[in-house]
Amino acid sequence: MTAVGGDRPDTGRGLPEPVDTTGAGPAGLDLTGLVAGPAQVWGAVRLQPLLRTAPIADLRLHARLYDPDEVSVVKVGPRTAYVAYVPHAFVASWTTDATPAATYGTQLRDPEATGQPRGIGLHFRRRMARRDDKRRLRFLPLHLALEGYLALQFGGPAIAWEEWTRQAVTRGLSPRAEAAYTGVGIPGLADALRIFEIHPEQCGMLLYVADALAAAFVVPHPDDYRALHPTLLQDLYGELVHQYAHLYPAVPEFQTTLDDARVHTVADLRAELDRSRTAWSELDLLLVDGFPGATQLSSEPVYRMGRYTLSRFLPAFTPDTENHIGESITDEGGRLAYLKTFRLSAAQTRRGHLLGQLAAYDWNLDATAEALGTDRPGLVLRLDRSGFGHLLRPDILDACRNQARRLRRGRPRPPVG
Amino acid sequence: MSLSDRVACEDVVMFVNAAVTSTGQREFRAGAAEQRMSLDFLHEYVLGNYRDLYAATLALDVNHFNAAIVVTNLLRTAHLAGPDQRAVEGRLIAARLRLLPPQRAYRVFRELRRLGVNNRRTRAIIRDWVAARPDPAFDAVKYRRSLSIAARHAHLSLPAEVGTVLFDWRRPKRYGTPILETWRRAHYEQRALYELPYTVAEGLAVRHGINRARFLTGIAPKLTDGERLRLRTSARRLEVAAIGTDLPRVPLTRLASYVLSLSRPERVRRGAELTGALRAAARRAAGRQAGSWGRVVAVLDDSYSASGSGVKRRRPLAVALATHYLLETLAADYTGLWLSHRGDPLLVHPIGPTGLGARILDGLERRPDRLVVVSDGWDNAPPGQAAEVLRVWRSRLDPEERTSVVHLNPVYESDSFDVRRLAPAVATVGVRDAEDAAALVELARFSTGTATFDELRAHLADRVARFLAVPVPVTGPGPDDAAVAA
Repeated sequence: MTAVGGDRPDTGRGLPEPVDTTGAGPAGLDLTGLVAGPAQVWGAVRLQPLLRTAPIADLRLHARLYDPDEVSVVKVGPRTAYVAYVPHAFVASWTTDATPAATYGTQLRDPEATGQPRGIGLHFRRRMARRDDKRRLRFLPLHLALEGYLALQFGGPAIAWEEWTRQAVTRGLSPRAEAAYTGVGIPGLADALRIFEIHPEQCGMLLYVADALAAAFVVPHPDDYRALHPTLLQDLYGELVHQYAHLYPAVPEFQTTLDDARVHTVADLRAELDRSRTAWSELDLLLVDGFPGATQLSSEPVYRMGRYTLSRFLPAFTPDTENHIGESITDEGGRLAYLKTFRLSAAQTRRGHLLGQLAAYDWNLDATAEALGTDRPGLVLRLDRSGFGHLLRPDILDACRNQARRLRRGRPRPPVG
Repeated sequence: MSLSDRVACEDVVMFVNAAVTSTGQREFRAGAAEQRMSLDFLHEYVLGNYRDLYAATLALDVNHFNAAIVVTNLLRTAHLAGPDQRAVEGRLIAARLRLLPPQRAYRVFRELRRLGVNNRRTRAIIRDWVAARPDPAFDAVKYRRSLSIAARHAHLSLPAEVGTVLFDWRRPKRYGTPILETWRRAHYEQRALYELPYTVAEGLAVRHGINRARFLTGIAPKLTDGERLRLRTSARRLEVAAIGTDLPRVPLTRLASYVLSLSRPERVRRGAELTGALRAAARRAAGRQAGSWGRVVAVLDDSYSASGSGVKRRRPLAVALATHYLLETLAADYTGLWLSHRGDPLLVHPIGPTGLGARILDGLERRPDRLVVVSDGWDNAPPGQAAEVLRVWRSRLDPEERTSVVHLNPVYESDSFDVRRLAPAVATVGVRDAEDAAALVELARFSTGTATFDELRAHLADRVARFLAVPVPVTGPGPDDAAVAA
């Protein structure tokens, strides 16, 4: 996807420069100018259009399609890379012309064979958001946000407490991985997107699966939306969305009702129609205003282009609410031009929460455990279950596991039968 | 009316709606397999419960695809029918088979062969149908494989040369029948193939390596109206003038489909010609009914879903466009309202959501005698608004029912075994070709609970009587007496 700065001249040196990323940007999402339209339902998928009465003309987006079979390796910093879609692979330089490739698992080959092993091409991209041309920016949608989530407390313990392994202290959480589903894997989504009737002034979409908000997508201009609508199928979706789509066959459709007691003339009926439409919009605005945790988002600017700022945001990681990560482009007034979100699964939220708490207490196990309302073994086991067990010294981990086992054994057994 | 009668009425009307609209092909929302499964169930259900009414639907304007299934099913289960039923069914089947295009009838015979249905009655029906064909030699060339299958299945004795050409064509040095001789020569000689039907000549032309433009120029006089329409665009591209410049006389809906297949700049350029052709086709379809419908307003759906599917390209939109021109002819005073399109209906394009409610109110506001809605019934901006507008209109503003509302739906919905309804009180009719709409509207009242089952039976009996009384249209040369020895 490429962002194109329009007619407005760039301020300053003419080159868009990466902005200072230390200070957090304005929190929350300003959805002024967006109105929700009536939702269209297909099976478990509810697609709610977001309409813009005045489209933004000086920022335009369009899709740049990469080969769907290739794997992207994005260099995001010194000695740090973000690799997406590596299905069970060894990465190595197999090809003779020195282009990198990944094979599909282990392959037994005849040593005499001259051909290449079956593999997929790797494509290296420099940086998540990169200036392509003057007033043109290439960024990888959603991966920008996901990379932000993965890089959360990536550095590991800031103080070398004795509980952490050497690897945790020297190399941090590297490598850290998360799984997601592509839209193709969500049952019913392809059909829902195919038959959706796009509104003429539509600039965005809220996607619900089994009435859980799965993703929000906003672009500056209806023409962009029309072009980018199919890319929703190539996006990433969280585990939860995938499960809901499998578990729920259908969601009900909201039906309009008119109050016939108020109708005496044609004009009354028309007024009643207008009233029901306003009621619709109000209902829907509630849904939009209630964008989960919108007030607690911590947003981080990534790039500034003219009067627009590309930033990514992270939620507060409260385990008992919905949590969405994403990225947005806002203008100087904070008005939303572009938005794309990804719903984290419960496990992903817990991991984020845990890392956040650890960082807040300088990775001190006891202090963190106290803050989380548990004791040291509890926290250690929790870390282990979240997939961070390799960061802790094995003897500590084993001690905690043994203690937990002893506790379980000490308890009276539940009656059998 | 008793509940069972009411259910029976609804079942039959539902079946007719399905049998008019569904072609077992992919639609905008449902796939082909779902359609087939749903339709097969519906056929089994109506056949099992209302056998005589099932047979009677052959007299209605059900589409060829479904008529073929009905014929097959009736013959397949003939042992379940009584002697009287069989006599009526036999006449209905024979009459309907004669109305089917030959390739469809031959497909029925192939299906009967596949199912192993080969009783005396089936053989007699095939024999009579083949005997009634105007020219068996022509069939032997054009429907070569199909005729040979039918002949083998029903043990037909064909005229000598027709039998030879089907089963042993290389043996004779020459044939006495001109078309058979032409066909034989066309295998060796390029000039001869231009005297054959287009579909036969096309394959031979490829074999001779004749280039497409030259072939089209040569075959132009032999083209049927449908083929002429289908080949116009490629003929224009290849600069073949012989296909002709005036639009052939094809049915209204097919012409509308053709118009929608053109690019919009081309529609603008040829605006007068296309509008003229559509109006002429509408006049032919309306016949003597022209101008008799009073004040009519149509609400026509041009939302994105009217684009149909890959196999039924823009079919719902074509039906809407054809209805527009038909109603223009039928009505004394006509207004056509498209959902999003304004201006010349020739340039209509499927786009945007389906906000029927407000548009229906625009139509009702004009206080017409009739309001016709052409839509696939998915009212989604916001959902259910059209039903509410119609309900409130009927209860509060027009309790005397001065405006009659009818909904024409060109899309079969496989989940509900019917076409999708706008509102329970509104008569909904499945429609495949706009020109049948007038006849189908009669049937719609049986589904809204205002007419009894006996009336439905009487209506169907009347249609059957009229259908069987119509003399068989004979086209081309008369049947060859020697064709089939009975």
